[in-house]
Amino acid sequence: MSDPSPITDQAVSDAKAAALAAVNASSTLAELKAARSAHVGDGSPLAKLNGELRNVPADQKAAAGRLVGESRAAVSRAFEAREAELSAVEEAAQLAAEAVDVTAVPRRWSPGARHPLNLLMERIGDIFIGMGWEIAEGPELEHEWFNFDALNTDGDHPARSEQDTFFVEPTSSRLVLRSQTSPVQIRSLLTRDLPVYVVAPGKVFRKDELDTTHTPVFHQVEGIAIDRGLTMAHLRGTLEHFARIMFGDGAKIRLRPNFFPFTEPSAEMDVWQPNAKGGARWIEWGGCGMVNRNVLRAAGIDPDEYQGFAFGMGIERTLMFRNELKDMRDMVEGDIRFSQQFGMVV
Amino acid sequence: MRVPVSWLREFVDAPESLSPDELHAALVRVGLEEETVHTFGLEGPIVVGRVLEFVDEPQSNGKTIRWCQVDVGESGPRGIVCGAHNFVVGDKVVVTLPGSILPGPFPIAARKTYGHVSDGMIASARELGLGDEHDGILRLAELGLDPEVGADALPILGLDDWAVEVNITPDRGYALSIRGIAREYSHATGAAFRDPALAAPLPEGAAGRPEESNPVTVTLSDNAPVRGNEGCSLFVTRVVRGVDPTRHTPAWMISRLALAGIRSISLVVDISNYVMIELGQPLHAYDLDAIRGGITVRRARKGERLTTLDDQDRALDAEDLLITDEAGPIGLAGVMGGARTENSPSTTNILIEAANFDPVSIARTARRHKLPSEASKRFERGVDPAVAEASAARAVELLVELAGGVAVPDVWRVGSLTPREPIILPGTFANSIVGADFSDSETVDALTAIGAKVSATPDGYSVTPPTWRPDLRDKADLAEEVARIVGYDRIPAVLPIAPPGRGLTREQGMRRAASQMLAANGFTEVLAYPFASKRETSLIGETVPAVELANPLDGAAPYLRTSLIPGLIAIAQRNLSRGLVNLSLFEQGTVFLPSNAVPADGGALPAGDARPSDAVLEELNSTIPRQPLRIATLLLGDVIPKQPGSPAIAAGLPDVLDAARMIAAALGSTVTIKRGTVQGLHPGRTAIVSTAGEQIGFAGELLPSLALELDLPRRVAVVELDLDVLIRLAPRETASSPIAVFPAATQDVSMIVGEDVPAGDVLAEFIAGAGELLENAVLVDDYRGAGLDSGSKSLTFALRFRAADRTLTAAEATEAKLAGVASAAKKFGVVVRE
Repeated sequence: MSDPSPITDQAVSDAKAAALAAVNASSTLAELKAARSAHVGDGSPLAKLNGELRNVPADQKAAAGRLVGESRAAVSRAFEAREAELSAVEEAAQLAAEAVDVTAVPRRWSPGARHPLNLLMERIGDIFIGMGWEIAEGPELEHEWFNFDALNTDGDHPARSEQDTFFVEPTSSRLVLRSQTSPVQIRSLLTRDLPVYVVAPGKVFRKDELDTTHTPVFHQVEGIAIDRGLTMAHLRGTLEHFARIMFGDGAKIRLRPNFFPFTEPSAEMDVWQPNAKGGARWIEWGGCGMVNRNVLRAAGIDPDEYQGFAFGMGIERTLMFRNELKDMRDMVEGDIRFSQQFGMVV
Repeated sequence: MRVPVSWLREFVDAPESLSPDELHAALVRVGLEEETVHTFGLEGPIVVGRVLEFVDEPQSNGKTIRWCQVDVGESGPRGIVCGAHNFVVGDKVVVTLPGSILPGPFPIAARKTYGHVSDGMIASARELGLGDEHDGILRLAELGLDPEVGADALPILGLDDWAVEVNITPDRGYALSIRGIAREYSHATGAAFRDPALAAPLPEGAAGRPEESNPVTVTLSDNAPVRGNEGCSLFVTRVVRGVDPTRHTPAWMISRLALAGIRSISLVVDISNYVMIELGQPLHAYDLDAIRGGITVRRARKGERLTTLDDQDRALDAEDLLITDEAGPIGLAGVMGGARTENSPSTTNILIEAANFDPVSIARTARRHKLPSEASKRFERGVDPAVAEASAARAVELLVELAGGVAVPDVWRVGSLTPREPIILPGTFANSIVGADFSDSETVDALTAIGAKVSATPDGYSVTPPTWRPDLRDKADLAEEVARIVGYDRIPAVLPIAPPGRGLTREQGMRRAASQMLAANGFTEVLAYPFASKRETSLIGETVPAVELANPLDGAAPYLRTSLIPGLIAIAQRNLSRGLVNLSLFEQGTVFLPSNAVPADGGALPAGDARPSDAVLEELNSTIPRQPLRIATLLLGDVIPKQPGSPAIAAGLPDVLDAARMIAAALGSTVTIKRGTVQGLHPGRTAIVSTAGEQIGFAGELLPSLALELDLPRRVAVVELDLDVLIRLAPRETASSPIAVFPAATQDVSMIVGEDVPAGDVLAEFIAGAGELLENAVLVDDYRGAGLDSGSKSLTFALRFRAADRTLTAAEATEAKLAGVASAAKKFGVVVRE
């Protein structure tokens, strides 16, 4: 008769049952972890029974080993299944707890806005750059010669007193706040090699009180092209191309006779705005013409060899009719709500 | 220029149905600018009435009203209350019946007043728009009218007429007349034009011009011509005797003048104004008996004075051209007459002057005396010298017909018409500049239509412009006339091909990038006016000289800005006043920095007809003050407002320092921040911003006392940088190095240092000492308090070390860290906090 086995079926069965009961009783991962320690870890009944295997008589060893092994495996599977179950529940609970009202999440950043006049000037510059033109610049505080004399507007020209120019103290300094962007034309002709194709967007100044349609500080864009053989047909072609990009494919240009000292022939231009709210319409857009032969002479250019055209329009006015604005004051007061309507796009 | 349509029809055939819009459209087609439409604003029934009887009824308010019975051509009279007393029973008057409308608009209704129902109103001249007379009602007999009772009064008084107003460009002086506008209407529509200057009858015996009969001899004596042009080239005089000073101006003339914007004054004055509007020739009517001796046209003498018709006593300038008699000046030539020889209610003998003056001389005098009169407006733009005699004749005709005068048939003329030189117009020129396909006959017809004499030459035309077109001076002017008359619609559209362009310049691209960067990061772009008060030129930052305007719009802000910040402050104040309390503003713009005072001598103005030499251009440019481009931001309130679960973050110094770094980053550049002081900024919260060793601006918070004074919240943060310099010093091409991929070693270091030592300076020393193994170092803590001496702080930096070619050992990282500490210790005495 061999020694009795230290592992009884009853003991294994009890340990397994206790372990499975503990698994089922665990309602949290923490409880399950404690249960695992008590029923599977070192010192647990099943671990102890497993340790007793070496004392089992050889003839019973196989059966006892199988019994203990199977029980431990069953318990281990039960723990894993329960762990997966409880993990899922706890993760779901945590996600639920972390839910927020996405319509009331705090903002950490909000974009600002560009001023639409600057955006529009940049847009216009880009259109002409796309045609191979370049952007020219000049000072806002300008010498009279560039603002007037070089533009065929000498000291007694009626046009010179018509424009309410800001003069600098003392007036003998002959400095003015430029009343037009045209001095940039003459500067371009003086400094660039021919042919010249440039646009000059920028600030200009006239002594007008601020009201719904006037501001003493406003913006213009002027263009000038001097080359061999340019005509008013090229002027019209350029303006129509420009207008179509600005106002849509249906845009076109109408020219009416007018007078400017620095062009001859001169024209007032109307643009057909096909997409205007309230219906397509003709709208007065700016002035243009063939550069006066005297202006070419002032820049040292032989008017019998080179000729060309110039045009100019107000940016404020363009913005007003293009974007349906009614009051010039909104553009100059700096109310942040104005620029913010436009954001980064005009 | 206002054009009454009834007047226009006298010289050009216009359809009966012509509307104001159609007239405007026709005139716009030939280059006149559309302004407005003028009417008398009256709607009938407005009829002729006769006062049958009236009772004077004194009122409790002290007034006496008249209760009138007025026959308006109906079965019975109407009862009308009238406040005026200047009429008698039997007078014919204008009655506005219930249902009519006076300008205002004031609808007329039967209404109860002073105890009666007034069944209409008896109108004054002013109520009808016929003048300023308001003391009494309009008596038709005064206008020489005796119309049928009950007749429509509007056509009788010319009140059914209307006028269009057009703007006349400075080159088209001739269009400041009905004659000129009629010609333009004819150009636009092809309607037949009758030149009134040709129609004026020449007086009998005019050919002789016997000098011995001349009551006033005229001498032209210009000893100082302006720009070489004689002040007076032609002076025509006529005399009308025995004018009846009691005659009134007829209604048709008053209404036409009123529509033309001219107030009726007296018959003689009205006639001279009427002829001026009709023919474009300013006239002057002198009281012949007030002239002493002969007339001399000359420049003013030193100290001379003249009281002009507007009762202003004026000190004359030696350049002013005068009409004088033996007793002194009697008129500012071409601008305004003198009071001494003015027509008075007793004037019976009249001398008419129709002269031609130099445009430049008249323009200068009008500007000098701030007297832009109807006459000077015309002379400045050039008056047709050929119309002088016809105008004088027309005035004489009207004085005889309307004022009962007797014409002296003689015409006296001093001076002459200078014949126009022909302009050579090559046959191909007009098309070569206009780009159209005008035919030879179209070219000739157009030039002939505008009044030029055209003769063919072997390769084109010789064109003599008409006397009324001084603006036609070269072949380009003629090309415009051809295009204008044939039509600008004939110009095709051809897109020219420009040579390859170079895109935006580096500077242009960077300026855009800087603004885009700020806008993308929460700043709103604004555009302030560049005008500044004295205080604003020295509010923030260094006080520098400023440019002052001679004629500012606002006398309180006569300077040009030397900083963008005052403009941002003004805009912030406006936003605050509108309840917008969280602001992040920016502007990119020019400031004006004269090196010292503005140069008093801008140099001689070179003529505009040839290129000045490089030396002259350089001299002109050298007088222009420096105008650097700046970029500035202003923040106040919260950058992030309070929200659920997150407190507000107030705007302050961190935001403007970030702005400075972002602007630099937009240009591929960097800035360094140092402690500094700037006028107007908080001494403990001000940073000097530099790039590549050059100072480019400052950032900081406004002095709280200054913010308070400016009605701003206590904390306002600003930064202003010189964008030109930042762009100039930005790297041309971005430098880069290979990315090291070996593992990094991270460590912290805490260093104890005096609390006055800026952390940035400690960091800079540490970085310099740690050498190239240190890849990144960030300040993570600034501790003061327990465990440290007072006056000390502990700065903790998180460090990341990496080598390009191997995995760093902890020992190597520690060695580099200690080298950094040693460097900071040497400079600032830091001690490592264990």
